[in-house]
Amino acid sequence: MKKIIPIGPYHPLQEEPEFFKLYVDGETVVDIEIEIGYNHRGIEQISTTKHYDQVTFAVERICGICSTSHPFAYVNAVEDLLGIDIPIRAKYIRSIIGELERLHSHLLWLGLAGHFIGYNTVWMWSWKYRESVCDILELISGNRQHYSMFKIGGVRKDITKELIPQVEKMCNDLVAIFDMFKGAVMDDPVIHARLKGVGVLTKEDAIKYCVVGPTARASGIDIDVRRDDPYAAYGMVEFNIPVLNNGDVFDKAVVRILEMYESIKIINQCLSGLKKEPEGNIETKVDFIQPGEGIGRHEAPRGEVFHYIRSDGSNRPVRHKIRAPSYMNVASNKVAAVGQTISDAAITLAAVDPCYCCTERTTVINLNNKKSILCWNDLIKLSQEKTEKLKNNYAK
Amino acid sequence: MKETIIEKVREKFGNKIQEFFKKNDKKYYIEIEPKDIFECAKILFEDLNFRFCTASGVDCEKNFEILYHFSYDKTGEIISLRVKLDKTNPEIDSLTKIFVAAEWIEREIWEMLGINFKGHPNLKHLLLSDDWPKDNYPLREKD
Repeated sequence: MKKIIPIGPYHPLQEEPEFFKLYVDGETVVDIEIEIGYNHRGIEQISTTKHYDQVTFAVERICGICSTSHPFAYVNAVEDLLGIDIPIRAKYIRSIIGELERLHSHLLWLGLAGHFIGYNTVWMWSWKYRESVCDILELISGNRQHYSMFKIGGVRKDITKELIPQVEKMCNDLVAIFDMFKGAVMDDPVIHARLKGVGVLTKEDAIKYCVVGPTARASGIDIDVRRDDPYAAYGMVEFNIPVLNNGDVFDKAVVRILEMYESIKIINQCLSGLKKEPEGNIETKVDFIQPGEGIGRHEAPRGEVFHYIRSDGSNRPVRHKIRAPSYMNVASNKVAAVGQTISDAAITLAAVDPCYCCTERTTVINLNNKKSILCWNDLIKLSQEKTEKLKNNYAK
Repeated sequence: MKETIIEKVREKFGNKIQEFFKKNDKKYYIEIEPKDIFECAKILFEDLNFRFCTASGVDCEKNFEILYHFSYDKTGEIISLRVKLDKTNPEIDSLTKIFVAAEWIEREIWEMLGINFKGHPNLKHLLLSDDWPKDNYPLREKD
């Protein structure tokens, strides 16, 4: 019998509600309908009622996980409009914040992914070690989230020479932890069996859906705004961009783990760069925003964030268009989740890292409106049982 | 010297270009007629391997503008195709036949600005609720 499994729209632990209607035939997902808009706050409109400096903080509130992504893209857009350059020191600091955010965001995703497939150890570990990334951010900015570090023309706080050794040590301590995760994911035969070939997004589909970030890079599309259109300090440091070809959940996990090593590399180079620059010069003064248009991008943990800004010469933008990476990535579930079993739906939908959110109230309803009970917890249980079964097979 | 991607675009677009504006080395704005949007988007996406980023709908005083932002990731250049639409009965061809990625953003522009996308397979509310009052478009400038 054909059934619909609604996933969503609200999860009390997370932001960004989405609503997935899975059409299933027995165990197999045959179609999926995605509804968004439950958390539409009209930020684009709000932005046109604030002056340029206020908008930096307004857009920081768009996302609770990657809170610096939007201010980053926004200041890039305004600076593109103005055609100004910012001090080198500010560039380094911007990149450091951007990369630290990537670290904690990827760790958060890894934990959730681990939980969904029944690897609660991975979950506990990665959320524990994510705390130490938040500690570094707190040390630098005073905040564990919503760092308020960005402003048009530069940054608001310096990273002084007294802080640098401490930040360096805390970052380098993380490498051993990433090694542990790499081992836990890449060397574990059960995870291989559980995630390989699951939720595949082919390269052709990835191009059609114009996906970005790790979702694209796991499907063999070699894009990264940091390298393609360098901004902040990304043109002054060396790093690799891991690209894999299978497009399944396993590759999406591996891409993110490998990216974390690159982030540490970038942070270390930026910190050494900071040591050579005179302290205090962290801002280019901006007094006037001339009429015109600007486009700013930032490679957020989930992919390219895109901001378009238009000015008429007043102190407020007349139009501010914002496009988050999940806007492109979530839509691709339409192909990635179809053909999968229900027990793989949770991890497939989570694999694009949609600031995972949507999934508290889950019930199975058949088309004759007879309700049977299968809640989100049951779905996770199904997913975890599958892993358990695989584990037992390997044990034999 | 090798031909740059912008030169290729100019050559392929030919006389479809109404106005060409180079903002800086990475950002270009090309104004075209609304009737040419399907063809131009197809050239960028299929022939020249651009990636569709998103589209921005803007309510200007005299008309509506839509900017279709395309990124050429090999060199990090962004081309924004600008079309200007009449305020009375604004409509334009949907790009969903070229790339699925246009589906959501066209629905959004439709509900926010009231611009009709001809040939869109599923033109219904994306962000606003289904019972949103008709002919009430939040991003239109109020008189």
